[in-house]
Amino acid sequence: MVKKRPRRGTTRVPQKLKVKIGKLELENPVILASGTAGFGREIREFLDIERLGAIVTKTITLHKKEGNPPPRVVEAPWGLLNSIGLANGGIKDFMFEQVPFLESLRIPVIASISGDILDEFIKLAEEVSRVGCVRAIEVNLSCPNVIHKGTRLPLLAQDRTAVEKIVSTLRKTTEKTLIPKLSPNVTDIKEIAKAAEGAGCDAVSLVNTYPAMLVDIHTMRPRLGNVCGGLSGPCIKPLALKCVWDVHSAIDVPVIGMGGIMDADDAIEFILCGSSAVQVGTANFVNPSASLGILEGIEQYMAKKGIADIMDLVGAAKA
Amino acid sequence: MKQFKAKIISNRKIAPEHYILSFKRPEKERRIEPGQFFYVKISDSYRPLLRKPFSVHKISGYSIEILYKTIGEGTRALSKRKKGDILDMMGPLGKGFDAVRRHKKVMLVGGGHGVAPLYALAKQLEYPAVPAGRLSIFIGARTKDHIVCDKKFRRLGARVYIATDDGTRGHKGFVTDLLTRKILGSRDKDTGEGRGKGHTAIYACGPKEMLKSVWKVARRYGIPCQFSLEEYMACGIGTCLGCAVKTQSGYKLVCKDGPVFDAKEIVW
Ligand SMILES: Cc1cc2nc3c(=O)[nH]c(=O)nc-3n(C[C@H](O)[C@H](O)[C@H](O)COP(=O)(O)OP(=O)(O)OC[C@H]3O[C@@H](n4cnc5c(N)ncnc54)[C@H](O)[C@@H]3O)c2cc1C
Ligand SMILES: Cc1cc2nc3c(=O)[nH]c(=O)nc-3n(C[C@H](O)[C@H](O)[C@H](O)COP(=O)(O)O)c2cc1C
Ligand code: FES
Repeated sequence: MVKKRPRRGTTRVPQKLKVKIGKLELENPVILASGTAGFGREIREFLDIERLGAIVTKTITLHKKEGNPPPRVVEAPWGLLNSIGLANGGIKDFMFEQVPFLESLRIPVIASISGDILDEFIKLAEEVSRVGCVRAIEVNLSCPNVIHKGTRLPLLAQDRTAVEKIVSTLRKTTEKTLIPKLSPNVTDIKEIAKAAEGAGCDAVSLVNTYPAMLVDIHTMRPRLGNVCGGLSGPCIKPLALKCVWDVHSAIDVPVIGMGGIMDADDAIEFILCGSSAVQVGTANFVNPSASLGILEGIEQYMAKKGIADIMDLVGAAKA
Repeated sequence: MKQFKAKIISNRKIAPEHYILSFKRPEKERRIEPGQFFYVKISDSYRPLLRKPFSVHKISGYSIEILYKTIGEGTRALSKRKKGDILDMMGPLGKGFDAVRRHKKVMLVGGGHGVAPLYALAKQLEYPAVPAGRLSIFIGARTKDHIVCDKKFRRLGARVYIATDDGTRGHKGFVTDLLTRKILGSRDKDTGEGRGKGHTAIYACGPKEMLKSVWKVARRYGIPCQFSLEEYMACGIGTCLGCAVKTQSGYKLVCKDGPVFDAKEIVW
């Protein structure tokens, strides 16, 4: 890719926004989070997607998933409660319907995959690894809205042994940058992150949504059709930040942080706590071009602070 | 781009809990269909966080109107916005009513704020699409204070039938009671037969329970129905898969495949 240089005559200090996640080089650290931008098609009408660092696809499963009964989304105080249930067309739909469009995008695609058992993860990783524009694989071990057969625990990401096994097996399956996505709903997220690192991942993504629920006091019933769901948005930001802070100090591979990033200030907080890149999720619903605003805000902050390389900000917050 | 800043022209109370907000029409949008909706960011705060969807109530060359009922945080905050304020909007989104087919008789059924999109539709169906006197609207609400737009529909030449739960205005009971009576009345008195396929069409918007009973009646007499459905939304554009409704061919999305659906598609 051609390096962007400031035009002659401009006095702006050249900024380095590039970050490296495993083998993956991103032009900038702002990424669209899984499940909040589909496969890029619809949001593109509202957003110049190619200016972003990357897009993570909706999580793909081996077989088509219908998803959970409605209502699937409901407003929470300062947040969003969802129980989509990984609705997606399955790997065939991805390969035939989504890939041609994704190939046309000039930014890296991170394919998010999830399965019930190890075998499904392997098949999915093999399939998506064949796609040229898929430059990394995010392994969703942390969706609160589906039940996995592979573990007795509600989330794969809560089961240290399962995390180790899935990551180490996928490490042998694919050459692509491998990024397990972790759940904040664990006793000690550092332990899980260390297990993933030990198993050979290139980076970790965190956090997925927090298991949560809301009740309608008039009908006396849970607001979601699936009863419980996952909480996202600004209400989880301080909780997610702490996870990033903890994990950054515990492992050496890069951390991709997310959870309630609504504007550039939020994103910078995540970077200061140790995120090499940030993902924008719920904010895309509030404003489909929020991610670009976040990118521009980061650039302005760096200019104001006289910071030339974004890597100087990563983990710069000191206790 | 279907996202724009809308300047509020007026935001007036038309009933104790109902308002009509008028805003400047987005310049680039040439086509706005009845049944489509605008997705509105009501305030810059995180409460409410999400945008709220509102159907097009009236379309004119210069402005767009939405009609809303204050039921929660978002709609109450919207009622406080003033003339001259700027609202961030997305739209028009979704698929509207298919109003091209010409029916001799058209029955509109609106429950609660469900009358909102029906007015835009009625305007589009005005003579000659539907001959004078062949348009009827059935409005149902909890109580008389919640009956809105009846005069406006009458001015369009529609026959207006009203039902309230508490009987404070019109028929005491369900609006579908009136609808059934009307359908039966229009049938041949001796044979009980209808007027044949394509004679009548029903368009409705309102609570699910109401739509369900409208469909029950309509199906019995073979009358085609288009319903504007509501479901909670997050993205409004088809990316989050949040606004799913069950149809004969699996889940579909209210924001993208709808909000208007053929009633026979829906799994009730
Ligand atoms: C396509 C579409 C078109 C719409 N058009 C109009 C319109 O023209 N005029 C109008 O007044 N309203 C319309 N609505 C409904 C409107 O969007 C909601 O009333 C509004 O979002 C409520 O926001 P709030 O923050 O005030 O209430 P909230 O605080 O979100 O909710 C208050 C109460 O209402 C219930 N509620 C809220 N939204 C919904 C929903 N979508 N379905 C079922 N129950 C709900 C909640 O359960 C809660 O008890 C439309 C909805 C959709 C999906
Ligand atoms: C509607 C919705 C759908 C989501 N779907 C997925 C998904 O398919 N896979 C996944 O790994 N995360 C999914 N997530 C989680 C987000 O990617 C993200 O981890 C989480 O929402 C926290 O970030 P946020 O607060 O910025 O939204 C979803 C979140 C929402 C709100
Ligand atoms: S609201 Fe997101 S898909 Fe309809």
